[in-house]
Amino acid sequence: MKPKVAFYWCASCGGCEEAVLDLAEDVLPVLEAVDIVFWPVALDFKEHDVEAMADASIDVAFVNGAVRTTEQLRMARLMRRKSRFVVGFGACAQQGGIPGLSNLTTAAATMQEAYGEGTKPQTNCPVNGYALDLPTLFDTVLPLDRAIPVDYNVPGCPPSPKIIAAALQAFLSGTLPEPGSVLAPDRAMCEECPRTDSHPNELRLEHFHRVPEIVIDPEMCILAQGVPCLGPSTRAGCGARCINGNMPCTGCFGPTSKVRDYGAKALCSIASVMGCNDPAEIDAALEEIADPAGTFYRYSLASSFLERKRMEI
Amino acid sequence: MPEDFEPRIVAFFCNWCTYLAADLAGTSRIKYLPNAEVVRVMCSGRIDVQFVLKAFAKGADGVLIGGCHPGDCHYQEGNYKCLRRFRLVQRLLKQMGIEQERLRLEWISAAEGDRVRVVINDMVQTLKRLGPAPKLVEQAADLTEVNA
Amino acid sequence: MSENNGSNGAVRIGVYTCHCGANIAATVDVKAVAEYARSLPNVAVSREYKYMCSDPGQDLIRQDIRDHQLNRVVVASCSPHLHEHTFRTALKVGGLNPFFFHMVNIREQASWVHENKIHATRKAKDLVRAAVRRVARHEALERGRVAIHPDVLVVGGGIAGIHAALTLANAGKHVFLVEREATIGGHMAKFDKTFPTLDCAACILTPKMSAVRAHPNITLWTYAEVTQVDGFVGSYKVTVNRRPRYVDEDLCAGCLDCIEACVYKQAKVPDEFNMNLGKRKPIYVPFPQAVPLVPVIDPETCIQFKSGKCKKTCVDACGERHAINLRAEAKQETIEVGTVILSTGFQTFDAARTPEYGYGVHPNVYTALEVERLVNASGPTNGEVVMRDGKTPGAVGIIHCVGSRDERTNRWCSRVCCMYSLKLAHLIKEHTGAEIFNFYIDMRTPGKGFEEFYQKLLSERVHFVRGRVAEVTDWALQPSEEGKLVIQVEDTLAGFVRRIPVDMVVLATGLEPHADAQEVRRMFNITCAREGFFLERHPKLAPVNTFTDGIFLAGCCQGPKDIPDTVAQAGAAAAEAMALIDAGYVETEPNTAHVMEEVCAGCKTCIPMCPYHAISFMLDIHKSHINEALCKGCGTCVAACPAGAIKQNLFDDDEIFEEIEGILTNA
Repeated sequence: MKPKVAFYWCASCGGCEEAVLDLAEDVLPVLEAVDIVFWPVALDFKEHDVEAMADASIDVAFVNGAVRTTEQLRMARLMRRKSRFVVGFGACAQQGGIPGLSNLTTAAATMQEAYGEGTKPQTNCPVNGYALDLPTLFDTVLPLDRAIPVDYNVPGCPPSPKIIAAALQAFLSGTLPEPGSVLAPDRAMCEECPRTDSHPNELRLEHFHRVPEIVIDPEMCILAQGVPCLGPSTRAGCGARCINGNMPCTGCFGPTSKVRDYGAKALCSIASVMGCNDPAEIDAALEEIADPAGTFYRYSLASSFLERKRMEI
Repeated sequence: MPEDFEPRIVAFFCNWCTYLAADLAGTSRIKYLPNAEVVRVMCSGRIDVQFVLKAFAKGADGVLIGGCHPGDCHYQEGNYKCLRRFRLVQRLLKQMGIEQERLRLEWISAAEGDRVRVVINDMVQTLKRLGPAPKLVEQAADLTEVNA
Repeated sequence: MSENNGSNGAVRIGVYTCHCGANIAATVDVKAVAEYARSLPNVAVSREYKYMCSDPGQDLIRQDIRDHQLNRVVVASCSPHLHEHTFRTALKVGGLNPFFFHMVNIREQASWVHENKIHATRKAKDLVRAAVRRVARHEALERGRVAIHPDVLVVGGGIAGIHAALTLANAGKHVFLVEREATIGGHMAKFDKTFPTLDCAACILTPKMSAVRAHPNITLWTYAEVTQVDGFVGSYKVTVNRRPRYVDEDLCAGCLDCIEACVYKQAKVPDEFNMNLGKRKPIYVPFPQAVPLVPVIDPETCIQFKSGKCKKTCVDACGERHAINLRAEAKQETIEVGTVILSTGFQTFDAARTPEYGYGVHPNVYTALEVERLVNASGPTNGEVVMRDGKTPGAVGIIHCVGSRDERTNRWCSRVCCMYSLKLAHLIKEHTGAEIFNFYIDMRTPGKGFEEFYQKLLSERVHFVRGRVAEVTDWALQPSEEGKLVIQVEDTLAGFVRRIPVDMVVLATGLEPHADAQEVRRMFNITCAREGFFLERHPKLAPVNTFTDGIFLAGCCQGPKDIPDTVAQAGAAAAEAMALIDAGYVETEPNTAHVMEEVCAGCKTCIPMCPYHAISFMLDIHKSHINEALCKGCGTCVAACPAGAIKQNLFDDDEIFEEIEGILTNA
């Protein structure tokens, strides 16, 4: 009997769904080997079909996206009940992802920003004799593992084809690492970066630049050029795809297993390689990092120690 | 804010300067407020930003870092690394809605026992004025509300 | 799985809370803390005891390790700086790896500094809870060993340095004695007689100076300074800059003909050794018994250096020995030593900082050190107490505590001034028969024979006025004060203000650290205490050690003291150095860091973090590597590593996180 597999998306952009298709022709043997029992973006199974299944009858559920509405929370719990393994798929599920940056504000402020002053969602309204309800938006975006227990994570925004293929293979062959693991190498991206040899032995940065402020030399280590590249803090497995696009790594693969708060460690490390000792010089250089939260916690704010901005909600 | 609010401070003291200064305050029987609890490290350069944020996340009202004066670090330059990290994490704290005064960096040499008293007492007063650190709003209500 | 965990991997912790007599128990409810500890996870045994550091206290631990199969121990007592070593040894004797131990400071940082018992007890509980969580993560560790190079560096050739050097040299150790002046002898060489025995300072000092010169185990470098220190206990690499004397020490025979022959027939340059009360020539020896007895040329005043046009009669006088080399240059020497003794001494308080006493304004106001030179038979006045105006004083006022015990200048008591003021009172009276007044705040004469010396002075009809002198003025208010220096003082025993006219005023200036003490101590990586004297490791139990292993202190650089105490301390420092050298090695604290190769991606962030160059990059495997022999355990690289690939023993992330969470978990 073929293993049963499900895909679900919470607060996501859809990129993770497309990433599966990025496997290109390699996706076909996978599709042959499994029985996909739920995939809202591609197949017509409904929630009630999943509810009808026996508990733990789905072998693996790949859930991408963060959890930020009552509906997503409900569905995440449903997938958990019905599956043997739940895999957090992509940066949003693993760390909260880009939606996690909402944790710098509130649901009300978000609504106001998107829809204008005084807009309030009608969470319940009668339509043709039925009661129609809208999910409620949380103030705080949650990574998947704050909503349900998660067995493994496949990192990335989105995960690279190589990582996805390796994850699928691990499940199909039954050779899984310790539960709780991230299914990617447990080392930083510098290992696979083509520019790693031009990272100097003694880095002492006195200035920082944002991407549009300089012309990034395509041969040289990007961090050495003063652009905060988070490659040293970020897990390998993506093939240094951003670097190959002459852009700095922004950390979508998350931390190694030795680091508990991604952004804190990345920030600590970048500050360490500065070359200034004088407080005024230090401050002047740090002014050039305009948005520390956005720079260091771009994908991981929701899964950080602080989780969200402290404010009136 | 409750009348009896007692701020909780986690203090990271470097072994050679600030920790010795705190010991000196002890042998000199200098009295100061009991709100700070010390985690000893060998050098202020050991202090990972993760430690600071963990302390705030776990409910500390303030975090105090004590190291050697610039130029006097027992390990040459560890305190400079600490200073840079401190300046950057302070900016982050501002974005995260935590008042910057809750994180304090002080250079206290081994001979400055009285300074330990001055700094801790001052920090307690500052934190009493600021009130308890804003705690994470638990989303328990959201999380249990929904039945699948 | 650690072999020191229980057979099922269980952690079993013993927690011991110490009363320390009443030191802790008076403020912290020790029983409540022990009771609380009993309730914590993984705690198998929790006890409280009066003195944990005592033998019975340590026995408790050893017994419990056996009886309760403990594999972790927490002691809540004093500072780890005091007894961490004691308890680690207790664990070792009890059969447990000594690093399965953690100490909680509830004395220096709790009971001694907090008044509210409830809060102090709550704090003790928090810290014990944190320690219990932390110690569960501790791992078995072994100490490393560092070999001790047998050579010793002694910095400063005063009586302290001389005594330390001779002691070590006599024990067969090779000593480098580096002195910044052109001669050894320090301040003591300037004294006339020493209290309380009135020994002639030169008579007791010069034999020791000669012994230094003659000793085969001592390499003496005068007119030299240490400029750089690298390395650590057991192997310090020191750079010494030897300034040019322009007279070659090896070739000079000490005949001093060159000085006689100098084109300056009269000495014209102020003589520093004689406190500028006398004159010297540009080529000179500091004093006739200088060691080494080799002249030095002062390029600031020598005509040849200033204009290039001197007859160089000195060179001619030297003749075939050719010892004078006007083209000599500074020489850098690099030496390797295992231990260092700092005996750099003191400087005297600058009396110009207490302008109310008129030093530098009234010519007949002197400092004590200047008067030592006056009364000294080989001084600028051949032992006659003759003032700058040529007269002999009929009345002399000696003012104690100049610069000392004063909030405006130095707060401390300089310890020797009362005794030397009594000595000078005696000597001046002996030389001149003058009427002597000593103005004091307290009479501090605690040493052996000191009180008797004071009694002797009382019987010599020296006047003692108890009061801090307000002013020395030449403004006469009545005829008897004309032409005199008037000392205005409140006589606190008599109860009124007095004006006492004298001819000569002697200021008992205090002792303070050298102006460059901060630079010196940074070079050796030690600390200074609040007043600026070098800081000892413990004022009672380790007065000659510093917090930097292998660096010891002797003499006034550690704090003001007299010659007997200085010599005793120098012997102590020599003994400490010898203990290290003869042991042959020192054990290092195993708090070093290492790279977890499987996690390192070769990002090189760590490499510039280390001031000891302990981290190198292995090109072949593209990873960093830490040389644990060079690692000093600061942990800076551990925090800097962006991937968490560096682990520090004893201060691992996991251990520290446990401490933080333990502190903040609500009790």
